[in-house]
Amino acid sequence: MADTNPFAAGPLPPGTPAPDFTLHNAPDRTVSLRDFRGQPVILAFYPADWSPVCGDQMSLYNEVLSEFEGYGAKLLGISVDGVWCHAAFAGDRKLRFPLLADFEPKGAVARRYGAYRDGDGFTERALYVIDGDGVIRWSYVSPIGVNPGADGILRALDAVAGERTSA
Amino acid sequence: MRRRDAAAALTLPVGKRDHIQGSTDAAVALVEYGDYECPHCGRAYPIIKAIQQRMGPRLRFVYRNFPLRESHPHAQHAAEAAEAAGAQGKFWEMHDRLFERQFALDGEYLIEYAGDVGLDVARFRKELSDGVYEPRVREDFRSGVTSGVNGTPTFFINGVRHDDSWDLDPLLAALEEAAVARR
Repeated sequence: MADTNPFAAGPLPPGTPAPDFTLHNAPDRTVSLRDFRGQPVILAFYPADWSPVCGDQMSLYNEVLSEFEGYGAKLLGISVDGVWCHAAFAGDRKLRFPLLADFEPKGAVARRYGAYRDGDGFTERALYVIDGDGVIRWSYVSPIGVNPGADGILRALDAVAGERTSA
Repeated sequence: MRRRDAAAALTLPVGKRDHIQGSTDAAVALVEYGDYECPHCGRAYPIIKAIQQRMGPRLRFVYRNFPLRESHPHAQHAAEAAEAAGAQGKFWEMHDRLFERQFALDGEYLIEYAGDVGLDVARFRKELSDGVYEPRVREDFRSGVTSGVNGTPTFFINGVRHDDSWDLDPLLAALEEAAVARR
């Protein structure tokens, strides 16, 4: 897989209002971005469930969840996998945060966030930190083969939190 | 903002608190964030040994804990066991034992290994059950998270995350390159 995707427009820049969306996180349940107004939200787009490594991106975030929660932040994982696949994956990895299915129409939310890879049919490893007012504060696309880790997210949450205290 | 070029870097420099093998004036420092129960780290273990042998005094090797507690139920305890051994001057003996026996990391095995490597077993057992080294392991873990550790094992060469393969040849090549750059 190539590191760069000539088709993607790139992630939405900081300062952009985050496009709202509603996606299934379980067969009978949906999650909307607007549900989390008032708290920071981390959107983690990732290519697919079932990466064959220990500490893949979602498992890593599961380990770091308490650090995110320390900022009052809500983490949402998003891929084009369907709800049943997400349920099996989340169960296997004991994930304690929702995985959203950008499944139908496929990748529609990822496209609005500049995170869909047309040729491949899955999303970039794109990260967004959105503040409590629903404004994008940080975005990052990692090379598709490189798990971006959590350091950038924590720095962005720190910046958002710092502003809130100084304001 | 795209920051594809920003390579993740160690936020906690190598220092006195670390477990270090090799000379202080080595040209290259290799830091591993690892998990004793992670099979990939188990596979990396002999590779690191081979690299240490080949590079000799030109390499410093540092091991820090990054237990993936949700996926590996024994990882945290094993990490604390290595730290408890370290408190008795036997960190590397325990580190090696844990990787060589990573299929057997239950509490009773840890006690057995403590005896094998010559620790004061009563002290080891007490410190482990009191969780004396839990904060130290968490500190390693946090330093890894803020440094961009993205799974196990994650390696840093002279403070910069190594995103390429850590098989013997590519890792050795990257270390040799770093050694030349430093000269």
